Amino acid sequence: MASLALIVAAGIYLSANLPEHVSLAPAVILLSLSAVLMGLNLVSLTRVKDFAWERFFAVARWSLLAYLVIAGMLEFVFLHNHVRGGTLVVLTLSLLIFAVHVPTLMGFTVARYHQSSAG
Amino acid sequence: MVSIARDGAAEQPQDAAHHGPPPAIPDFDIVPRIGLALAGVVMVAVIVVVAINKLWPLEFMHVVFGAGWTVIDLFLGFVIGPILGTLSIPARIEFTTRFMPKMVVLMPAIVTATLVAGWQLSTHLGTNLNSYPQHGWVVASMIVVGVMAIVALGLLEPANIAVLIELKKPRPNPQVIERLMKRFIYAAGITGLMQVATFVIMTKLASS
Repeated sequence: MASLALIVAAGIYLSANLPEHVSLAPAVILLSLSAVLMGLNLVSLTRVKDFAWERFFAVARWSLLAYLVIAGMLEFVFLHNHVRGGTLVVLTLSLLIFAVHVPTLMGFTVARYHQSSAG
Repeated sequence: MVSIARDGAAEQPQDAAHHGPPPAIPDFDIVPRIGLALAGVVMVAVIVVVAINKLWPLEFMHVVFGAGWTVIDLFLGFVIGPILGTLSIPARIEFTTRFMPKMVVLMPAIVTATLVAGWQLSTHLGTNLNSYPQHGWVVASMIVVGVMAIVALGLLEPANIAVLIELKKPRPNPQVIERLMKRFIYAAGITGLMQVATFVIMTKLASS
């Protein structure tokens, strides 16, 4: 959730200043923190004993497809409005993390309750 | 504890005698195919509207889907949610298996259409520029939407999916369903409250 909040904050910061040129540093910091947090979450997930990975991937892969479409639409609207350069790179990476993050949360929730239900 | 079974004739638990037979769960699709097709139509329509970049279609898309989003959140958070909590378990199950799959495809499509059309409308009108006198209100709307997105994507949507997957099991766990439904309803209540803030911002922007 914290990682998702960071990426949303980065998106709001950039969107609030488009199409003017703005310092990318705050967005890059938020994006990096979000990516690191998500990475740490995934690593800690791999250490959970008897985690229901089958359930996790069953949900996460379809959610990933759906959220890639959503992220793609947001990317399209930015490209359509001539967002270019560093801003586009940061926005694209933010959307990518968003598209991976939400399916991870969905897969995790289902797998977690699958475990508690099974256990 | 009340047991739930996919089939009314399924094996009954030891304490079922106190509560009657376990309620049967109607068969359902977690992701309705018709809903997926409709969501696809909405996505294509949004792309077309953004590409042609005309005021009326953009305004139509943003207002119609935005109104749908707001009404659903408010109705779910403040009307359906409290009623759902008072229903009997079989009634809750029946409602959940009919209502939640629709929400799985409906909400992401509505939210995406509102945001994409809204951003394009804002670009078209120039309200996303720093020079726009009410730019602060536009940024406030982005923050409100951001908070709603975190609650909806981090809590509401995963709970929605998890409830449906639990209900698909041969013997769903009532405690898990209860906990997830509570989470879903509370999250809907929070987004409902945030929608009140959206009302304030949007009416302010529309009247400026």
